[in-house]
Amino acid sequence: MRSIIIAGLSATFCGVFAMAAAAGEKPIQLKKAPGADKVEANCTACHTLDYIPMNSTFLNAAGWDAELTKMINVFGAPINPADAKIIGDYLKANYGQ
Amino acid sequence: MITRRSLLEATGTGAILVGAGHALSRFANLAEAQAAALNLPSQLPDGARREAVLDALPGKKPLIKLSYRPPNYETPVELLRTAITPNEAFFVRYHLADIPEVKAETWRLSVGGEGADGEISLSLDELKQLPAVEVAAVCQCSGNRRGLFEPHVPGVEWGYGAMGCARWKGARLKDVLDRVGLKKEALEIVYSGTDKGVVDKTPDFVKSLPVWKATDNTTLVAYEMNGKPLPHWNGFPARIVVPGWTATYWMKHVSKISVVTKPYEGFWMKSAYRIPVGKFPVVARFASQETAVNTPITEMVVNSLLTSHINGATVKAGGKVTVSGIAWDAGYGINAVDISTDGGNSWIAATLGEDLGRFAFRSFSHGVTMSLKGNYQIMARATNKIGQSQASALIANPAGYHHNVIQTLHLVSV
Repeated sequence: MRSIIIAGLSATFCGVFAMAAAAGEKPIQLKKAPGADKVEANCTACHTLDYIPMNSTFLNAAGWDAELTKMINVFGAPINPADAKIIGDYLKANYGQ
Repeated sequence: MITRRSLLEATGTGAILVGAGHALSRFANLAEAQAAALNLPSQLPDGARREAVLDALPGKKPLIKLSYRPPNYETPVELLRTAITPNEAFFVRYHLADIPEVKAETWRLSVGGEGADGEISLSLDELKQLPAVEVAAVCQCSGNRRGLFEPHVPGVEWGYGAMGCARWKGARLKDVLDRVGLKKEALEIVYSGTDKGVVDKTPDFVKSLPVWKATDNTTLVAYEMNGKPLPHWNGFPARIVVPGWTATYWMKHVSKISVVTKPYEGFWMKSAYRIPVGKFPVVARFASQETAVNTPITEMVVNSLLTSHINGATVKAGGKVTVSGIAWDAGYGINAVDISTDGGNSWIAATLGEDLGRFAFRSFSHGVTMSLKGNYQIMARATNKIGQSQASALIANPAGYHHNVIQTLHLVSV
């Protein structure tokens, strides 16, 4: 019964396929304000936008900065500094304390 | 935004609107009506209350959707009235959004690592040839009730339903590890599943257990849940089951297990799922991961939930009203659930229901006399067999874990 892996761990991932999105996912309407387009363009690849209203309205400016920094530095979101500034300003103005 | 469909679904889960005495006209807007229809706790962040909707993932009943992708769905309280939670009502929690649909025929579980004597790759059939064990156990997200924290902390803003109890059947992780053999220097068992982040730089969800817990007789590589294959959203075809410990260790779609001789340093162990040292009454330690200031979350704290009534429900004055619910802990076993109707000044023991095992929900019920019309406040407090009891005040911690503050259920006698 005992078998040794020769081909390596890539075998683990054979026969699977990625699902692009959860079935039945409905678009989340963020507040219409300057910067909303940058939020949609940069954030939705990894998560739906319901994460934003869900975490409101209790984060202050430092709190939203911390979340944004975590997304970029910890989770590796490829957001350029100019967009990050716009996104931060949008979150603070529309979903801040 | 409320939809006709979602409101109808909401009202269909237990005649909540009528039963709770609510009328649509009482609510300033539809979002508040929706929140009330879902029986969302009033303490949740206002934005979370507005955004949550009932939504059904494929194969699931409508659950309370907090985020579509990655999917985070909690079980409505009225579906937690039984000690065993049906698979289709069981909560769903993912960190990362790339979730492959794994096929049983091609799934493999690789086991090895520098702390193991050898390495193997098991098919599902091979896993099932190991001795099968079944354990009834509560699977509860570390952050269940995070939304009730005051002040609020960021994260998935769960209410009461990021938990469930099922009969998990599978092979002992210990027996799987015996197939490769542990070196004497083995320190932690590291494991991961097939789900991953959308961008390459996102830290993969990888967890570890101390060898002592991984080799406990009740820690499983489970492939059945309540007598059926695991639902996709709960980890098909196999997941790690760690009775007594929070769900962060219950890796779904598990595909790789490595034995290591040094503390695992990935993000999900070293930075996430940590609690301050010394604040919580927990016994189980994960020594190789401890620092001077924090430690990985380990076992669940003792807790209970009144499930028989919606908060604010109307009952008939002049008789006895039976309140009931469920209690659980880390596996020491529930010793008692006490009920108070006077704001916690006096307590009386509830009747405990069937014992499905020390890791399972323990049901309880109690008749409360409500001879007068007016407002009643019912509190439930569980105590376990090593004398631990629920917190009377919130124990603050940065990530919002271990909420077990004694709950107060408001009933209106008319």
